[in-house]
Order: sequence, then structure tokens, then C-alpha cells
Amino acid sequence: MATQSEAGAISAGTRRTTQMLLNQIFGPLLQILYFVIGSAVILGTIVIVLAFLLQGTRSDINLLQGTLIILPQVIVDSLVRGFLYAMIALGYTMVYGVLEFINFAHGEIFMVGAFVVAGFGLMLNSAGLLRDFPGILFVIIAVLLGAAVSGILAVSVERVAYRPLRNSPKLVLLISTIGMSLVLQDLVRIIATSTPLGFNARVLTPDLGSAIRLATLPNPGGRDINVIIDARSMIFIVASIVMLIFLNYLVNVTRVGKAMRAVAQDRPTASLMGINVNNIIALTFLVGGALGGAAGVLFGIRVQAINPYVGFLPGLKAFTAAVLGGIGNITGAMVGGIVLGFLEAFVASYLSLFTAGAFAGANYADIAAFSILIIILIFKPEGLLGEATVQKV
Amino acid sequence: MSLLELQNVHTYYGNIHALKGVSITVNEGEIVTLIGSNGAGKSTTLRTISGLLRPRLGEVLFKGQRIDRMPPHEIVQLGIAQAPEGRRIFPRLTVLENLELGAYIHNANSPEYRRDLERVFDLFPRLRERYTQKGGTLSGGEQQMLAIGRALMTRPNVILLDEPSMGLAPVLVEQIFDIVREINAQGTTVLLVEQNAHMALAIAHRAYVLQTGKIVLEDTAEAVAKNETVQKAYLGLD
Ligand SMILES: Nc1ncnc2c1ncn2[C@@H]1O[C@H](COP(=O)(O)OP(=O)(O)OP(=O)(O)O)[C@@H](O)[C@H]1O
Ligand SMILES: [Mg+2]
Repeated sequence: MATQSEAGAISAGTRRTTQMLLNQIFGPLLQILYFVIGSAVILGTIVIVLAFLLQGTRSDINLLQGTLIILPQVIVDSLVRGFLYAMIALGYTMVYGVLEFINFAHGEIFMVGAFVVAGFGLMLNSAGLLRDFPGILFVIIAVLLGAAVSGILAVSVERVAYRPLRNSPKLVLLISTIGMSLVLQDLVRIIATSTPLGFNARVLTPDLGSAIRLATLPNPGGRDINVIIDARSMIFIVASIVMLIFLNYLVNVTRVGKAMRAVAQDRPTASLMGINVNNIIALTFLVGGALGGAAGVLFGIRVQAINPYVGFLPGLKAFTAAVLGGIGNITGAMVGGIVLGFLEAFVASYLSLFTAGAFAGANYADIAAFSILIIILIFKPEGLLGEATVQKV
Repeated sequence: MSLLELQNVHTYYGNIHALKGVSITVNEGEIVTLIGSNGAGKSTTLRTISGLLRPRLGEVLFKGQRIDRMPPHEIVQLGIAQAPEGRRIFPRLTVLENLELGAYIHNANSPEYRRDLERVFDLFPRLRERYTQKGGTLSGGEQQMLAIGRALMTRPNVILLDEPSMGLAPVLVEQIFDIVREINAQGTTVLLVEQNAHMALAIAHRAYVLQTGKIVLEDTAEAVAKNETVQKAYLGLD
């Protein structure tokens, strides 16, 4: 076997091969890609079959045509939602990984990120700089700013509200996280309403470019289908992927990443290795908070109107995504987010189309998506990528 | 001078008084064994030394310095390593990553690190063959090797071994004890906790017998092995 001689030759594998490195960084992304393609194919097939079956019930429109025409857009929408949930879900799952409790204040950490970009845009605007600000630079600065603010906030919350309770029953901690969630909501509300931002804050951005046409698909039955992605969605997806690569590098390749994984698997033994467990836990909150904050910034840029309560629902859904993927499992959180995003986007778009508007899809997306989730979890309670819980140390 | 010293140590788990005034001395270069039946407090003693538990009373001294108020991650930097009870391998990390974590406090690019890794792989060739395998998928014996190897990677002056022979087949037990002796011969002081008193007394220089949180006997390993009570209670002779 090649590996044996190799093991001796490279001083027993002290030097990692480039191949191993690439695997560690891009392996999880490849897994996401499988789930993206899988979800798109499965859900796409389902809607096309449904459209075909329901074709006869409708005389007003050509259902099959309509289904095909919006399909590319629905997939783009799925991706945006999916990456949104994935990025937030990482914060839940990382904290659960090291401390085994659900940090319900994480949705608010996300919301703070959205307010950071709103504040940043407002400040640039009142300085008269916004209009001519380069779009890409705006996004990069805002993401870094939001990540920093949310990351530091998450670390502070842990220090103040969770660490003193670390040896208390989990229920007490849970209550503390819910309390922090409310505190953060109201703090942001007070700040927002007493500044020009306002309760309903608008996220002002420079021109971020116009929609990009990715492809034109020939459509024998009617007009061609343009696969268009608007700039804000594009930014969302690209930025998410960049951050997920960074996260995989941090967790799987670096020394602190190894320490994070060790702390997640066995805290006392990690401390016997010379790892300062408190620092690693703080770092976990920093990274999870930063990802949440960055997601908040991207969310704010995309939806352009926010309020102090925008963290609640995405937070709850991202938590579900983390559970769906297998709580505590980082790749699982990403995958869970993607799957949830696809479920939601498809239900939201096609339910009203198929029922002739009797059910406004958007209103039922949550119910439908969550029902499917519950079904998945009944049959696979450890989540899509979760290990059987006994294996968790 | 003694390398490691426990003076009248009392350790509690909540209200449970697990160590009731334990005093132990380990000199540089020795193998000292701590024997005793289940629940006597052997693991508690090791956890108190490595900082996982804090004694409520008494002192732990390493090279004359008090360490009983230090956190475990600082104690390991002084040169005290523990291979804990039940091995406690990181199951979802590879063999190599487990060893790298042992060397967490050292520079992973240094020649010393590479030398340490070579040494561990020479002691346990099985680990070299399996360095990319996940810790959780190793056999019990291999996990024990990894636990000892990982502790050695911290470059300790003294290594605390908690029942390294637990659950191993007789051949493997012999092998592990040989390796403990070798580690000691290479210059590492050993504090060995064992149920297998027979083997432990055969390789140790001195021995302590712990009974419900108290040291009831201390002497050279030879003398302890000859002690009648010990023979009855721990060596299965009568
Ligand atoms: N985490 C804990 N909480 C409460 N009591 C504990 C805890 N760990 C150990 N004890 C108690 O402390 C006493 C000493 O336990 P310890 O684990 O040190 O025994 P031991 O000598 O290592 O036994 P064994 O040979 O079975 O490993 C026992 O009575 C045990 O029940
Ligand atoms: Mg024990």
C-alpha cells in the first residue's frame, strides 16, 4: 500500500499533502454541491410531474410552460435562502458542538449584522459618499464590519450571560439565551428608534450592478427561458461560498480549528492537551457570531428594509436547519440550510401556481417546509449528516 | 528532591469526600504505582494532580512549586501529562490529529516535534500504519497506545497513566508494561495507576496502596508485593 511507505518517508505524515488540504477545505463544499443538485433535481422533477398531472385542471394558463419558465428563478431563490439559513445555522451548530445548548440569541446576532449595514449605508449617505461608493467595496467593508460587530457581541454575550451558568442545568442556560434574545431585540430597537435609522430601517446601498443573465434556454413550446440572477442575490451566494471556504479552512486545517474540534468532542481531555478551553469557546462564539453577522449584512443588502425583529424567523428556521443537518455537525448545518432553503422556495413559488392562487404560496411555505422537516426527522432523528447520538462524546 | 508531591490532599465531588488526606511522593526517574480496588480514589488522585479537580485541602507540588490552583492547560505545560482512564481518544479526529493535539503546546514545525512523533511511532508501530484512521475506529488496544502516545507528545517530565492495561488481552498487557518500562528508561518519570497489581508491582520501584481515599501502605514495590494483606486483597494469593 502506498500510504505505508509514504507514512515513513514524510516523517510519518507530519507534512500533509496538498490533496489532503484541498479535501479538508473543499470536501464539505462538494457535499453541499451534491445536496444542491440533488434538491434541485428532485424538487424540479416533482413540480414538473405535478404540472403535467394538473395540466388538465387548468384552462387559463399553460401550467407546464409556467412551471418551466419560473424554475430557474426558483432555484436561484432556493440558493439564496439556503445559504442564508446555512450561514446562520453554523452559529447554532458550532455553539451546540462545544457546549451542547441552543443559543437562541443567535437570531438577534444575525439581526445586528443587518443593522450594521443599515447604519453604514446611512452614514455614507449623510456624508454624501454613498452614491459614488464602489459597490463591491461597499459589500466587503459592510460584511467585515458586520462580522466584527456581531462576533464581538456574541463573545460578550457568552462571557456575561452564559459562562457564569456553565455548570447550571441546561434549562437554566436555555432561559438565559432566550432572555438575551429579548434584551438584544430591545437594545437594537432603542438604538434604532433614537437615531435616524428608525424602527423600520432602510438599507441604503450604492449601485450594486444590474441583473446578470446566466443563460438562455431554448423552449420549444413558447418564448425562451432566461436564467437571470439579480446582483444582490449573486453577491449573497458568492459571499456565502467564500465564507464557507474560510470556515472550512479554519476548522479543518488550522491549529485552533483542531482545538475547536477537540473541545467539541471532549472538553476535559482537550484541557489535558494544554488547550485553554475558555478561549476556544470564546473563539467559537466569535466565529459563529461573525458568520451570523455577515449573513445579516448580506440579508440586509438583499431585502433593503429591516426592523429589530427580523432575526426571529430566520433564526428559528436556521436552528431547524441545524437540527435537520445533524446538530453539532458543521457540514450538516450547511447542508440542512440548503435543503430547507430549497423546500421553502419551491413551496412558496409553486403552491399558488398549482392552486390557481387559492393558497398564496408564501404564506404556506413555512407550514409546508416544516411539515416536511418533521417527516424527515421522524425517520432520521439524528439529522441528514448527524452521527447516531451515542457516538457523540 | 521529589519531582511530584501530594501533601494531605482532600478532594471532593460535591459532598462526596473522595480523597481523605492523600500524601504521595514521586521522585525523578521513578516508576511509582498506585494500586487499590474500585472506587478507592486512584483516578481522582490523578485528576487532582493534572488539575481537572481541585483539592479542597492540601497541596500538590511539582518541582517544589504549588500547582493545585492551576488550570489543567497550564499544568500540562509544566511537564505533567495524563493518559486518562478510558483512553479518551478524540473519536472523530485521526490518529495523527490526536497526536498533533498532544503536541498542541509545542511548535509543530520544530525538529523536536518530528523527533517526538518518530519516537511515538517507534514505540507503537501500529499507530504509524494507521495514522489517517479516525481515533474512534481503533481497537481498544490501539486506542490505549494512542492515549499513551498522545501524552508523550506533550514532552512530559512525568506521565500519569490511569489503568493502561484495562480491557486488554494478556499479550497486549505484557507489551504495554514493557513500553511503560521503556518510556521510563528513556527518562520519563511514571505514576502508574493499576488494577493489575501483579504487573504494576513487577515494574515499579515504589508503590502506594489506596483504600477508600486513604493511603494504607507505602513501600518499595518489592516489599508491597510481599505484604500479606496486599497479597490477599490485590494479588489474589492466600
Ligand atoms: N464525577 C464524580 N461524581 C461523584 N462521585 C465520583 C465522581 N467520580 C468518582 N466519584 C467517586 O469517587 C470515588 C473514587 O472514584 P475514582 O474514580 O477515583 O476511583 P478509582 O480508584 O479510580 O476506581 P476504578 O478502579 O474503578 O477506576 C468513588 O467512590 C466514586 O464513586
Ligand atoms: Mg479509576
